[in-house]
Amino acid sequence: MLVIKNLRVSIDNQEILKGIDLEVNAGEVHAIMGPNGSGKSTLASVLAGRDLYQITSGKVLYKGEDLLEKSPEERAKEGLFLGFQYPIEIPGVSMANFMRTAMNEIRKYKGLEPLTSSEFLKKMREKKDLIEISSSLTNRSVNEGFSGGEKKKNEIFQMAMFEPELAILDETDSGLDIDALRIVARGVNNMKSPLNSTIVITHYQRLLEYIVPDFVHVLYNGRIVKSGGKDLALLLEEKGYEWVRSESVNM
Amino acid sequence: MSTITNISLEEHFLDLYRKNSSDIADNSAPLMNSFRENAIARLEELKFPLNGNEAYKYADIGSVFKQDLVKTFASQKISFNIREIFHCDVPDLNTEPLLLVNGRFYNNGLKYKKLPGGIIAGSLLQAANDYPEIVEKHYGRYAGESEDGLVALNTAFAQDGIFIYAPPGARMEEPVQIVNIMISEKGLMAQHRNLFVAAEGAELNVVICDHTLSAHSFLTNSVNEVYAGKGSQVNLTKIQNEHNGSSQITHSYYHQEGDSNLVSNIISLHGGFIRNNVNVKLNGEHAENHSTGLYLSDQGQYIDNFVFIDHASPNCFSNQLYKGVLDDTARGAFTGRILVRRDAQKTNAYQSNNNMLLTNNAKIYSRPQLEIYADDVKCSHGSTVGQLDENALFYLRSRGINYREARLMMMFAFAHDVIQNIKVMSLRNRIDDLVNKRLRGELSRCNNCSLQCG
Repeated sequence: MLVIKNLRVSIDNQEILKGIDLEVNAGEVHAIMGPNGSGKSTLASVLAGRDLYQITSGKVLYKGEDLLEKSPEERAKEGLFLGFQYPIEIPGVSMANFMRTAMNEIRKYKGLEPLTSSEFLKKMREKKDLIEISSSLTNRSVNEGFSGGEKKKNEIFQMAMFEPELAILDETDSGLDIDALRIVARGVNNMKSPLNSTIVITHYQRLLEYIVPDFVHVLYNGRIVKSGGKDLALLLEEKGYEWVRSESVNM
Repeated sequence: MSTITNISLEEHFLDLYRKNSSDIADNSAPLMNSFRENAIARLEELKFPLNGNEAYKYADIGSVFKQDLVKTFASQKISFNIREIFHCDVPDLNTEPLLLVNGRFYNNGLKYKKLPGGIIAGSLLQAANDYPEIVEKHYGRYAGESEDGLVALNTAFAQDGIFIYAPPGARMEEPVQIVNIMISEKGLMAQHRNLFVAAEGAELNVVICDHTLSAHSFLTNSVNEVYAGKGSQVNLTKIQNEHNGSSQITHSYYHQEGDSNLVSNIISLHGGFIRNNVNVKLNGEHAENHSTGLYLSDQGQYIDNFVFIDHASPNCFSNQLYKGVLDDTARGAFTGRILVRRDAQKTNAYQSNNNMLLTNNAKIYSRPQLEIYADDVKCSHGSTVGQLDENALFYLRSRGINYREARLMMMFAFAHDVIQNIKVMSLRNRIDDLVNKRLRGELSRCNNCSLQCG
């Protein structure tokens, strides 16, 4: 599904990612953990196609094709989804219009007929119930006036609507209470299939009690310094990032 | 008509007036004629607002008036069937529009349109003769004190225009539509004059659409006088869609009595040079004014909105909202002046001007001017100039929406803010549609015209 080889990324000549290697296969859930400033969000943004960064070397293959050559919208149409750490408010653009436009663009790309109004509304209702997001939110402008938690739920709601092949969730758990966290986890687990993959970027081990990863990677100072199974997250929780820091010195 | 180069604009127009005064008078009404001599004297005194005039600081009035244009004062024979070449994009409105062709009422075998509730709409020239008591009471009363030489110029030359009268308590559901057309075989200048009167408690809805139907240079210098009687509700929408070779200066004077509510929306879709002056006088307590504007300019277009709200009475409310998107090398200006007179306590006056510049070469000058002489008032103003929000654009694209579509969605959202102030629902939806088309580049300057002169 996704193969990252020696990816190096800078912003304003400052190197943030210093050679990332990662392989995600279909059906897998990967967790990327790491302290603040380690490059987690940069990795997510680069994969989604934000053009603020300079890619100085490396390669990213997505479903066998060069991902970095594609525009953000092409990536989305190919089934890649980024759940934003800070979802953007877009006054005046209604949630429904936005979702429907996006959905139909993706369908058009896949050679499918656009959804009719009633099909679209039916799908909205179904996913709204799953994510427990209220209609008063989906009737508003995109993220406008949403609380932090509502914005995060809205990201998961969109993920449920778009049914991506590869979802990258950037700190979707931060700022969520336990109930919201359960709902987010339900959204992710519900999507899980042998064909779909998820990369969960998180700070804390907390979310991983609800979403059980197949692999855990520790990103530190622009490099993946440790990889392992779900137990690595527990170890990290117990020993803290200080432990990684000292370990990485020995690398 | 020779090009105006060696003589001043004042001399040129004074000369034009002297040579044509009998033609002008013969093809107008005595009541309108009685204002001309005085207006000519006013023009000599006030002069054209050229270099150094603060109100017209960014507008190159000189170049606009120095164009080589035909000015005719006899009534014109229109040698084509207007119905065959023109059908407006706006209606859905049930009623037939009133036509102004080159500044003159286009008499379709019908002197006036009579609407339910006793509302009369038709030629101002005709009304000055048939309803002198109404016209006399209002004509020149609100624009007459203007310090603007261009208003005096209009008063000196205007021969016709549209007159609408809504008697006390009249109710109106569908708006009256006025289609203002410029069409000629040579470049032409026209100066019409509209007078709308909403008597006490009346409701008046008017839509004015400006179009050019031939590819020549046109200049319009028009004046609208609107009287909103006590407790009246007046909704005015103006849609400007003229080609790049056109210049348009519109002076609107809104005189509002107590408890009246007037909403003015100016939607500028296309036009080479546009200057809209909106002058509001809140002359009675609890009067309310909403002046909004939306301008979408590209190429080398120039758009200039000047709003002056005179809070002459206590307890009044005014709100200005002007928003614009400027592309290519378009230039624009906005001036919003609020005057709160000494006795106008408990005034609420708000103003906001937001601009989106799509290129580095587009320019906007935004000037809020507040003059407050009362001490118990609430006034605010805000002015912004910005670009499309890159983060929002990325957010939309990351969901699969193409760059072009994402941009359009955001521009449309920006514009819709103004459109939602339009009170008449059927009209609001149509304008939403027009603006959407305009932003997509699907609305040509003459798309509703079979001549397709572009």
